[in-house]
Amino acid sequence: MNWHSLQDFFAMGGYGTYVWGSFSVVFALMLLEVWLLGRREREAQAAVTVHDDEGAA
Amino acid sequence: MNQPYYSTANGARRRLTVFTFASPRNFYHLAGRLIPWFAALGVLTGLAGLAIGMLVAPTDFQQGDAYRIIFVHVPAAWMSMLIYMAMAGWAGFGLAYRTGVSSIMASALAPTGALFTFLALWTGALWGKPTWGAWWVWDARLTSELILLFLYLGYMGLHASISDPRRADRAAAVLALVGAVNIPIIYFSVYWWNTLHQGPSVTLGKAPTMAPAMLAAMLLMVAAFWCYGIAIALRRARCIVLERHGSAAWLRRRMK
Repeated sequence: MNWHSLQDFFAMGGYGTYVWGSFSVVFALMLLEVWLLGRREREAQAAVTVHDDEGAA
Repeated sequence: MNQPYYSTANGARRRLTVFTFASPRNFYHLAGRLIPWFAALGVLTGLAGLAIGMLVAPTDFQQGDAYRIIFVHVPAAWMSMLIYMAMAGWAGFGLAYRTGVSSIMASALAPTGALFTFLALWTGALWGKPTWGAWWVWDARLTSELILLFLYLGYMGLHASISDPRRADRAAAVLALVGAVNIPIIYFSVYWWNTLHQGPSVTLGKAPTMAPAMLAAMLLMVAAFWCYGIAIALRRARCIVLERHGSAAWLRRRMK
């Protein structure tokens, strides 16, 4: 373990802005992609179901 | 001779060939079974990589703790090139064999490839500022990576601008294949030109030059990004199958 305290960990030896600025954007955009894709999937599934109702009517 | 078999969605056994998963139905089923495994493996390797990289790996004697950015920068940069090669490969296969699912895979990879390219540039800038003293330089490695981002955006833009999806597949495939020439340029740029960007951190067949914990963290993060890329591309491909083949009887039965 390199860190003596939580502040020490967040400071990243003075490079906190750069390190956390990298990691936060990487994981935020990955989560955003997963969320957007989930929405697209639900819409596409709903469209297939709607199609089916039209066929039955 | 024993032929390999494949179990279809309804349990029937079919002979497995190169074209088995060119059927949207077989592909949709297989992708649905693979996604949870890659997603789980991605989360596990990612958490392990972050724990080792942020807590165990020592501080670099030259770059201080700024070097930890490589734990996301290197995987994102590798994936940006690998995904492009996979995308161009699937697009070319779709162009040659008229297999719609191959083209769907190419389209499914493009947004994730663009995301990783942007992230490689973003994390590179945040690493460059404290290490080189500049967010950006017009260095061969950085410039060719920026061109890669434009290639992904061009592929997606061209595909979106043609309303017939099969015609869009063919036009975008030509762009993807021509643009593939940029990948060796990115990869070899650090050898061909005198770049500010350093050479590769890890080379196959050479003894690693970094601490074991650093290497372990980086390889775990690479594995995590691989799994993420595979899982998300398969999921997007399933969406595109739904959007394109929504009127197929097998999909309507499945969605009930």
